[in-house]
Amino acid sequence: MAQKFRSFRVDAIVLKHHDYGEADRLLTIFTRQKGKLTAIAKGVRKVRSKKGGHLEPFTHSNLLLATGRTWFVVTQAEAQDSYPNLTRELEILGFASYLVELVDRFTYEEEENVPIFNLLKNSLARLDEGEFPAQLVVRYFEIRLLDLLGFRPELKNCVVTGNPIQPESQYFSAALGGVVSPQAGKNLQGAVPISMPALKYLRHFQRSSFDQAIVAKPADEIYRELEILMQYYLTYILERGLNTPGFLRRIRRDAGTQAE
Amino acid sequence: MLIPEPVQSLIDAFSRLPGVGPKTASRLTFYLLRGDETLSVELANALAGLKENTGYCQQCWNITTADRTLCEICSHPQRDPAQICVVEEPLDVLALERTGGFQGHYHVLHGALSPIEGVGPEDLKIAELVARLKVGAVKEIIIATNPSMEGDATAMYLQQQLANRGVRVTRLARGLPVGGDLEYADQNTLLRALAGRQEMDQE
Ligand SMILES: [Zn+2]
Repeated sequence: MAQKFRSFRVDAIVLKHHDYGEADRLLTIFTRQKGKLTAIAKGVRKVRSKKGGHLEPFTHSNLLLATGRTWFVVTQAEAQDSYPNLTRELEILGFASYLVELVDRFTYEEEENVPIFNLLKNSLARLDEGEFPAQLVVRYFEIRLLDLLGFRPELKNCVVTGNPIQPESQYFSAALGGVVSPQAGKNLQGAVPISMPALKYLRHFQRSSFDQAIVAKPADEIYRELEILMQYYLTYILERGLNTPGFLRRIRRDAGTQAE
Repeated sequence: MLIPEPVQSLIDAFSRLPGVGPKTASRLTFYLLRGDETLSVELANALAGLKENTGYCQQCWNITTADRTLCEICSHPQRDPAQICVVEEPLDVLALERTGGFQGHYHVLHGALSPIEGVGPEDLKIAELVARLKVGAVKEIIIATNPSMEGDATAMYLQQQLANRGVRVTRLARGLPVGGDLEYADQNTLLRALAGRQEMDQE
């Protein structure tokens, strides 16, 4: 099995890690060059390891990978951005985990997708900077990710009748991948209601760059509605539940009332 | 080469252990096969008793012998119950005990929060820790989770849960390199981290 290139450099974001063997970690990374990869980092749990800090989840690192027998092996690591604020506040840490979980669950190994890499990198940086509401960063990320994955929801015309959507409360069908007019939606199995303001913001995010998206100032209850709607749609496409939304719900609940 | 089934099954069992590859597994197996029988018998007895004769301390959740409710540290009269050091794993207790620099009690969470893996507060011994505060003797909780994303998440959650309960909440100083495991820290590094522990911000 002759490999032409035994070693290569990648621009990578660490999605997650698992302890492996005595002091190693198995990493899931998303790279600009080759999409998602699994790589082993040897000895990084040892306190003397210099690589450890460059390989924590969410970190954007420049890695030198060697082709190993089972996995790629990290031979050098240098953090470009470690986004320290992502691990200084529990809800922000939860949001960053959510972005990373979505990318992990929606992508396959060794499928290059530079726009997804850039979207993830920029969104983590925005959460870290904290200049804009975290909810806005996350909801914008979801709608762009759906676009890049080929699951762009139809938000202008009713997916049942094909008629243009009127400015009133509507339904949304995950199975049909878009908005459904009230008449067609009320008897449609699995369709959930969506308010006009929520729909308006979804459309705005769908057609905007992030700089344009930030002019939107949705109220908290609209953010909540969008969060529930997007999780319903994403879970339907994945055919499996996500872990992070449950974590976010739990920590929000516990932040209000200390667990007994 | 055909390896007899009893030999192969021991090789397979060894190779499932951390840090043991197929070569080491074979070497260990053939060593036992050639060696003195008492070695095999002692090893077999020790393995059989490992799970059967151990249990968890009902106060700190560290591993102890099956016949005791409280571990040696929790029942030691010279240890100070006013300080509780919270760690992820029993091996971290061992690492801190080796330093000799801590005279309080421990609390073993048995893991760390991980949003991505779906490890939530209910999967850790957190409610048990909060319950220990109600007994009243506790003055300081030292959070000694690993300097990793999961360790940070756990520390922040604990800080939130322990705030306004009349106890001081501190975390080990940042002397430990990010990504490293507490159990691998050398004694001096741990002692420094313990001495330089900092208050966690009260929101
Ligand atoms: Zn104990």
